Amino acid sequence: MSSAVVSTSAAFGRPFIFDSKAVPEVSLPSEPAEGQGRPPQRVRPAGLASADPRLAHITPASRLDIRPAPEMVSSGVPAIDALTGGLPRGCLTEICGPASSGRTTLLLAALAAATRRGEFCVVVDASDALDPYSAAAAGVDLDRLLWVRCSESSPQKECSPRGHRDTEKNSLKNQIQSQSKNQENRLEQFLRATDLLLESGGFGLIVLDLGDIPPLAARRIPLTTWFRFRRAIEHTPTALLAIEQHAIAGSCSSLLLHLGSADDQMLRTEQTAAERQKNAAHGPSTSLRVNSSRGSPVVENQKATEGRKKICRVEQSVIDFPFVAPTHAQLLTGLDITAELIRSRLDRKPARSVMFATKTAWAG
Amino acid sequence: MPFACIYVPNFPVAAALRAEPELQARALAIVEGKPPLEKILAVNEEAVRLGIAPGMTKAQAELCSEIALRPRSALQESAAHAALLDCAQSFSPCVEDAACDTALLDLAGMESLFGSLPEISRAISNLATTLGLAINVAIASNPDAAMLAARGLCGAGTPFDKLRAGFARVTVIPAGKEAEQLGPLPVEVLFANPHAEDDQKKAAASLLETLDRWGIRNLRALAALPEIALSERLGQEGLRLQQLARGGASRTLIPVEAPLVFEEAVELEHPIVLLEPLAFLLNRLLEQLCARLGSRALATQELRLTLELENFSLRNQPSKISNHQFVRTLRLPQPMLDAKVFLKLLQLDLNAHPPGAPIVKIHLAAEPARQRSAQGGLFLPPSPEPEKLELTLARIASMVGENNVGAVELLDTHHPEGFRMRRFLSEAPRKNEREKASDLAVEKSAVTALRRLRPPLRVQVTLERSQPVRVVCAKKKEVQGEVLWKAGPWRASGDWWEREAWSRDEWDLALQNGEAVSFCRLVHDLLGGGWFVEGTYD
Repeated sequence: MSSAVVSTSAAFGRPFIFDSKAVPEVSLPSEPAEGQGRPPQRVRPAGLASADPRLAHITPASRLDIRPAPEMVSSGVPAIDALTGGLPRGCLTEICGPASSGRTTLLLAALAAATRRGEFCVVVDASDALDPYSAAAAGVDLDRLLWVRCSESSPQKECSPRGHRDTEKNSLKNQIQSQSKNQENRLEQFLRATDLLLESGGFGLIVLDLGDIPPLAARRIPLTTWFRFRRAIEHTPTALLAIEQHAIAGSCSSLLLHLGSADDQMLRTEQTAAERQKNAAHGPSTSLRVNSSRGSPVVENQKATEGRKKICRVEQSVIDFPFVAPTHAQLLTGLDITAELIRSRLDRKPARSVMFATKTAWAG
Repeated sequence: MPFACIYVPNFPVAAALRAEPELQARALAIVEGKPPLEKILAVNEEAVRLGIAPGMTKAQAELCSEIALRPRSALQESAAHAALLDCAQSFSPCVEDAACDTALLDLAGMESLFGSLPEISRAISNLATTLGLAINVAIASNPDAAMLAARGLCGAGTPFDKLRAGFARVTVIPAGKEAEQLGPLPVEVLFANPHAEDDQKKAAASLLETLDRWGIRNLRALAALPEIALSERLGQEGLRLQQLARGGASRTLIPVEAPLVFEEAVELEHPIVLLEPLAFLLNRLLEQLCARLGSRALATQELRLTLELENFSLRNQPSKISNHQFVRTLRLPQPMLDAKVFLKLLQLDLNAHPPGAPIVKIHLAAEPARQRSAQGGLFLPPSPEPEKLELTLARIASMVGENNVGAVELLDTHHPEGFRMRRFLSEAPRKNEREKASDLAVEKSAVTALRRLRPPLRVQVTLERSQPVRVVCAKKKEVQGEVLWKAGPWRASGDWWEREAWSRDEWDLALQNGEAVSFCRLVHDLLGGGWFVEGTYD
């Protein structure tokens, strides 16, 4: 019925207003009763309810309240802000991508921006993967960050790699079983903790980190759960951000970003392994030369593209001078990340992408 | 100058009823003494109807099956006394602790704060009801008249007859009408001092007998006696009593500073085994504590729960302080005053740390603290409510472990996991202008982040000229493959002076596994000799 009305109005170029004065007559398609056919009834819209009492509770779309656009906050990365307008408050934003695609970088940038605004933030860490030093280096105010670590083992045992020799002795079957059980436990903890935090309220940004959860396990989270999360933050100043390998929230997310390394395509198109190695993407944007007088590396800032071309030279320098090696900061600066806007319910624009580079702020 | 008197009639029974309000409708008798010579000390109205009277032996009282017998509890009485003083202190700074069941307060100047005298007396009565006490309030122009009026509402010996006769629990005696109002009271109220010693009691009994012989039954008759004749027969004590009966005695209050001790306790007739009935009792104690704290405009930041256990035989319980006590201390980040929140926090804590034996006595103490003050603002960023947040964190901690939720504090060390978890506060220190300016000046460039693998993954590494060229990991395919690019090693060590010494070489690798490229941090444990992938750059 409604499609007939819309098509009529559209044909005449009129606005779709259910008003008895503006639209004098409409045609109601009648359902032919069994055994007898009836011609279409022509009734006035004012008499819609009287004609069919089932229509009495229907509110015309034109009279519905217009949902206000959500407030957008900075994601901490200007390129992303330019692409999406920022992160929407009261909505779910999904950031997906494979490992080493820059998800955590963007996550920490968003946390840093939120804590700079004076907001309190939460990271619900399904795989206990957050590195506090990276967070501090990204500018996150750790006093304003609540970290929920969904893990089974105690942090003391995790500190030393040597503490896990015993687990290596277990059989592979037992390991797989315990891993799947641990994942289930973690996901259960993750969902319950998220529910509690959303109910508590008062946080500016809640980050759900499912980055290391395998897609098969992550897809077990029912869509109704994501719907519940979205409803919990609706009309609140909380921005909900989920990090995962593949999009799993479906239509519950208002914004979906896909991250990938800027050079993935280049790597795929390269033919030989030698060339791949030569163009080893995400290479440093700086080149090194050894200062012979002091025996320590000196950094020359150059453009990222030039840095990639000189990757072999850098590597050679490292090999030749292993104990005067450059720092993490010098070698890991200039990782290019491509962010692709897959879906946005806030701004109906075609899918597009943007690229931004990262730097490393710590020294090895 | 008006004075008020707050009197708790039948104090031992009132203290027991405050701890167990469900006994209100039952016959209750308080027992005192050492077995088997226990005697009834006090009874309530229902018990009087059943024929139970003070002075009977416990065996005699037990013949009545409907009566509830409770031992006299000094802790309950001291808590009730403290609640009485809290009630008085919340209306006047000048309070005299006249007896364990009586408090006198100076109401001079309080009318501008709390309203007229009847309004003040009603407010006192309401607050006492909130604190679990049924009281009599009397206001008069001098303290002794107020005390006589308050005690007279429930005169010694015949308390319940008086109440049934229609006496109000709240009385305001206008100035100049003390003798008229106090006249109908029995002369026994002049000697109703629970702290009287034996000699004083004997003297009082002798005086009462004399007055009874004279036919003096109430204060009006005593007040009408000629002063000189009374002085000749009873001396100065007789004149003092007559002054009291006329409501003309005048004295100054002896103010006390009530100690800020907030403790409540309940002794159980039968030991509790389950946490659910324990929560029921805890709720009652917490409500009483919160009411007392609220009457003094205070909150609490620390709750200490002491459970006395039966057949205590716990193993590996660090929180025990003796063989028969189980102590849990609940420390809050901010002062709070919400009994429901406290109850839930205690429940969660006891779920995580059960007592391990039946409970026979519950003692709950609150450390008083000033209530927090905060200035809200329309344009301030949102922050979680402290009560809700504390409850949420406790619930999450019960799921993931206490050490797995909170804020991070970085330690002054080069250890890769050099941090510790601490309590998350919803009131982070505010930044000054300089720090804000430095924040704004932060370069808006994303920083490459490391995702840690906890625990680190043991991997097999193929080396060429001491350089890793291939990494194999059975557990995680993302961190294995040919080494496309590498940087390192960076050698780090520390804590060599302790047993947890560590020494390692770190490599940054780009690994190609099929079409995918991943970046990871490879660690060579120099002390243990293994290779581990510590995390991935993401």
